[in-house]
Amino acid sequence: MDIATHVFSALYQFGDAFAFLVLSACGLAVIFGMMGVINLAHGEFIMCGAYVTAATAHAGLPLPLGILAGTVVSALVGVLVELAVIRHLYDRPLDTIVATWGLSLIATQGTLIMVGSTMAGVGTPFGSFQVGDYSYSIYRIVLFCAALGVLAGLYALFNWTRFGVLARATIQVPHMAAALGVDTRLIYSLTFACGAGLAGLAGGLYAPTMTLVPTMGATFIMEAFVTVVIGGADVFLGTAPAGGLLAIVKSGMTSWQGQLFGQIGLLVAVIIVVRVLPKGISGFVLRERT
Amino acid sequence: MSKSVLRGLRAAALTGTLVLGSTLAQAAENPIKLGVLEDQSGDFAAATIGKVHAIELAAEEINKAGGIMGRPLELVPYDTQSDNTRYQEFMRRVLQRDKVDVVFAGFSSASREAYRPIVDQFNGFAFYNNQYEGGVCDGHMIVTGAVPEQQFSTLIPYMMEKYGKNVYTLAADYNFGQISAEWVRKIVKENGGKMAGEEFIPLGVSQFSQSIQNIQKAKPDFVVTLLVGTAQASYYEQAASANVNLPMASSVNVGQGYEHKRFKPPSLKDMYVTTNYIEEIDSPKSKAFYAKFKAKFPSEPYVNQEAENSYLAVYLYKQMVERAKSTKREDIRKVIAMGDVCMDAPEGKVCIDPKSQHMSHTIYLAKVGADHSISFPKTWEDIKPYWLGEAGCDLTKKDPMAQYTPSNPPPKP
Repeated sequence: MDIATHVFSALYQFGDAFAFLVLSACGLAVIFGMMGVINLAHGEFIMCGAYVTAATAHAGLPLPLGILAGTVVSALVGVLVELAVIRHLYDRPLDTIVATWGLSLIATQGTLIMVGSTMAGVGTPFGSFQVGDYSYSIYRIVLFCAALGVLAGLYALFNWTRFGVLARATIQVPHMAAALGVDTRLIYSLTFACGAGLAGLAGGLYAPTMTLVPTMGATFIMEAFVTVVIGGADVFLGTAPAGGLLAIVKSGMTSWQGQLFGQIGLLVAVIIVVRVLPKGISGFVLRERT
Repeated sequence: MSKSVLRGLRAAALTGTLVLGSTLAQAAENPIKLGVLEDQSGDFAAATIGKVHAIELAAEEINKAGGIMGRPLELVPYDTQSDNTRYQEFMRRVLQRDKVDVVFAGFSSASREAYRPIVDQFNGFAFYNNQYEGGVCDGHMIVTGAVPEQQFSTLIPYMMEKYGKNVYTLAADYNFGQISAEWVRKIVKENGGKMAGEEFIPLGVSQFSQSIQNIQKAKPDFVVTLLVGTAQASYYEQAASANVNLPMASSVNVGQGYEHKRFKPPSLKDMYVTTNYIEEIDSPKSKAFYAKFKAKFPSEPYVNQEAENSYLAVYLYKQMVERAKSTKREDIRKVIAMGDVCMDAPEGKVCIDPKSQHMSHTIYLAKVGADHSISFPKTWEDIKPYWLGEAGCDLTKKDPMAQYTPSNPPPKP
């Protein structure tokens, strides 16, 4: 086997791990990293996106539209959850843990009771390609591109649009923003919906590759939280480098010693980063800049 | 109508209900209580809700036909939520507070080993109606599921003959996967093959790109998949989309998690499974059982092997209690020691082996086709759970309350 095959395989595994970390985390980066709401129901927003995607795909909609539907429905559910629960808890961040944990239990059990213990999969599109001795799934490359696209989109949204400026202003100094005439309640709702929609997007993108069960959100949640925790408060400057760093550690350790060591390596890396950079990677980068 | 008449009528109605209530209470006097500890939610629920339904079906049939020795069978179910600590909590509760006569409990081997010491401690009596890695030699337990000498001694030689001698094992990383992989290693070696590789996957992992590549690197002739839980089942979809295209062999998939129904064809193409029951088995008994099941639970997604194990276990318990004329464990074990506790189950004839208190089975080799249809290339009848007995476990003489493995067999006397 020549060196190019090895290089490609390492890059592919890195890209695959990176996509999973970034897509799992980006919704949480908005809701937890930026807004400070510890959202334990993040996995259930992902599950919601995946279920809606699969249901619409079964109903005959093309997969990309199904994923879009999953994203939109999750965002709408996000608006409802923000209005009903989260809105009243912005000053009590620890209480959001209990509230969102409760929501997550209700969502998991409610789905089990109403939809049943499993849902039929939709099948992964696009097939495979061969490099050297290994064959790879094309859809995994699509996931990697989607992760890059989401990061670019988030950067553009929060830096170049009026909504992005208002959202950052509202979250940094809410009273000043309100005094300047910003409808902060609306901005909070929209930002939360944006995070929930991103979670739904992750669910929709991964729906064709996974088991669709009410507990599927749990397989994303650990990766999502550790990426956001070591990323810090900035959505783009945190999630992108955190995803990159953890993907290198995880794919390297997994290819060397198997899945168990991949997980151990991931968590050890997180402990080291949190110890060295208490404000996360973005806190470090922004301090250097100013 | 005057007030006094009304009062009289009301009183009559009240006493009427009281009389009716007390006769009902007399009929329901002293029911036989069966604790049901199964995962009705959480990661294992897809495979285990059917077990609860099967027990409900059997209990309903038995109660309609007059109960056990005239006593009705009362179920005491708890949802163990795929959580080992719940098993311990509820096992204490059914044995101490509910004082059940027998408990049907457990899916994962981790949960069984979590509750088994409690059954031993409180002198309870439990049925484990699940296929597993084998080796439990415990007089407090009856195991109706299949074990490695029934599933792997049949499956692995068949696969090696058909596809080749290079074997790769991909197994869940807990006691079931580790001990089952040890069995695979042993049988592959005995048949002159070699292990191309092994990887153990932590429960709950759902991303398999690197594992898929490790398998392609090792170039095995077939892959033994011992993946457990719904998260790990994502492997099939991901392996198919990466075009791994290797035959697979398993003792747990299809027969438990009906992956061939859940995933889009052809992701489980060329999967071979040894199981003692799945709903596709085309015999009159199997069809009749399936029809009864679907009549009571029309929306049941699949009737799997553990559902059949649970169903027949209720009838075996009935038979043993009636022959022992007692629900005491020691009396029932005297009946088991006679060695003729058998029944005609939906899979075929099954008998309890007195030495290990495990069960003989008809083992069906199920093959998943490219369109996810099931065919049965081979059937082995009356495969006995011989390993424990041959290794030196004899519950009719001594009860060590322990689990053994090929590398840790019972001590020689």
